[in-house]
Amino acid sequence: MSTTANTTQQLVHNKVSLALHTLRVGSGTPLLLLHGLGEHSPSTVPEVATRWPGPIYALDFTGHGQSSVPAGGGYSCEILLADVDVALRHLGGACLLGRGIGAYIALLAAGARPELVHGAVLTDGPGLAGGATHISAVTEIATVGDRSGQTPDPWALIELSRDARPANYASTFARLSVTGPNDIDPIAVCCVVRPPWIEAINEEPGVMTGLSAQEALESYAAR
Amino acid sequence: MYSRGTYVVLDAGIVRTDDDDVVVDDDEPPSKKLETIAKAPKPNTPHSRYLWSRVRKNITNHTTRHFGRRRVIQPMTNLPSFPGAQRPARSYRTDADGVSIATYEWGNESDPPLFLVHGGSDFAGTYDVFAPIMAAAGYRVISWDHRGHGDSDHTALYGWDADIRDALTVMSSITNKAAPVVAHSKGGALMLQLADASPYRISKLVNIDGMPSKRRMPDAPDHDQTRMMAGEITGWLDFRHEAALAHRKPGSLHDLAVRRGKMNPRLPIEWLEYLVTIGARQDDDGWRWKLDPTMRFGGFGPWRPEWTLLRMIALGMPFLGLIGTIDEPMGWGTRPRDLAPWIPRNGRLEAIHDVGHFVHIEKPNEVSTMILEFLS
Repeated sequence: MSTTANTTQQLVHNKVSLALHTLRVGSGTPLLLLHGLGEHSPSTVPEVATRWPGPIYALDFTGHGQSSVPAGGGYSCEILLADVDVALRHLGGACLLGRGIGAYIALLAAGARPELVHGAVLTDGPGLAGGATHISAVTEIATVGDRSGQTPDPWALIELSRDARPANYASTFARLSVTGPNDIDPIAVCCVVRPPWIEAINEEPGVMTGLSAQEALESYAAR
Repeated sequence: MYSRGTYVVLDAGIVRTDDDDVVVDDDEPPSKKLETIAKAPKPNTPHSRYLWSRVRKNITNHTTRHFGRRRVIQPMTNLPSFPGAQRPARSYRTDADGVSIATYEWGNESDPPLFLVHGGSDFAGTYDVFAPIMAAAGYRVISWDHRGHGDSDHTALYGWDADIRDALTVMSSITNKAAPVVAHSKGGALMLQLADASPYRISKLVNIDGMPSKRRMPDAPDHDQTRMMAGEITGWLDFRHEAALAHRKPGSLHDLAVRRGKMNPRLPIEWLEYLVTIGARQDDDGWRWKLDPTMRFGGFGPWRPEWTLLRMIALGMPFLGLIGTIDEPMGWGTRPRDLAPWIPRNGRLEAIHDVGHFVHIEKPNEVSTMILEFLS
């Protein structure tokens, strides 16, 4: 039987300390919440996830929430993928529920670690679209002034809002996600906004569309 | 330096290091150690307290140091010599939004500035022969160690935008006017991006073998390429789990020169030994390269090398591209004919025969003459 809890533990990702929050303890497959760009983990289980039968965790990405802030930026979505990988290894696997940029990271994680991701539910939120899908000029910004060192890290907001997400890059991760041992469609697109990278994965095998996040979670919980 | 194999932008930019040079700590499997750390909600055992203290120390040392500009960081004495090599006349640190960047100058401060940008896995000292020639020709030559390289801070994150910001910070500390730039390899690709985004910063651009052409991929069908990418991703992620405990393998000065020689096979051992005295530090158990051991040559990322050429053709300032004709492990494998369609309107490309990736190191006099003529 699941019970509520609200504890935080720190995981090590290279020189960064990551905050992993336990929102609800329990047994079975964990659900891991991934927040949007500039957000942080919720302190309670969100409505959409209340019917998840197992334990529920939430991860603060590097430079967000209670995770540490590295000096001088250098963010990429692949670094956030590595954040999630640290949490997945700690939990032994999980179903992912991603908001905004967390949805994109959930896709990357599903492709990178198909044996550890038992479903990735992609929902709307800040940072869903990302930056260009082609070359783009970078604005000359050399300092973030008084907000340096605070969460959300301004460098995270600047760099992660314009990271390149080519369509074929996203679709490669969708293809990798179906190579795992789990007999599921590992990606559930539940967002209304459809940036090019979402459009690119819509037709890939293993990607479910046209269902709500709650329905997707129920589907993954049942398997 | 560029690798012409696979690459990743997200970590150190395009950086390839000799994997034999990096080791992860000692007595316990690294994954076990990290598991030990990760599973401890708080440091509650002597072992986890010890590991956490090391990680904390790293975080503190590498993310919160602030330095005033113009602070001398080391005396320029008692270094072994190499024919023509000259250590900088001035050395100080530049604070790039919390990242301390080791900065160096050759020549008179009153002379017009010329910026030199090194390649991946290199450091400003690799210009110790080339820079004095440019200084003697009447330039105030400025270079710096990129973050994670040489004597600059090791940071938690590395990326191209961050490298470009660091470059802008150093350049702005010298002048806000357009200035000439000479850049090698990864530094060349970085400066192509800066020149495209901020053309008012660069008056003339010389790119020495830093013009990547389309990625070379084996002739494999799509599904095989996808599988190959899976291996690259998991290899990189696995390394991230161990990175906190990675350090560089110690050795004699000669050992390190020989190790570097695997990636720089055309450069004389005397030059490589000279580089060790600058780019490595001497610990109790031997010499170690200063390059951040957490940087790893990765294998994936959204960036495409041909994007650099799309930037290059758009440039408006005078441009000189130099490229050697001999392929090398650290070279990009770009051929002159690959670049011909992408040379900008005010630019030209010079192929230098019988030279590898380190064009300016192999032929400093010929290359500096060509560059000085271009800059004049």
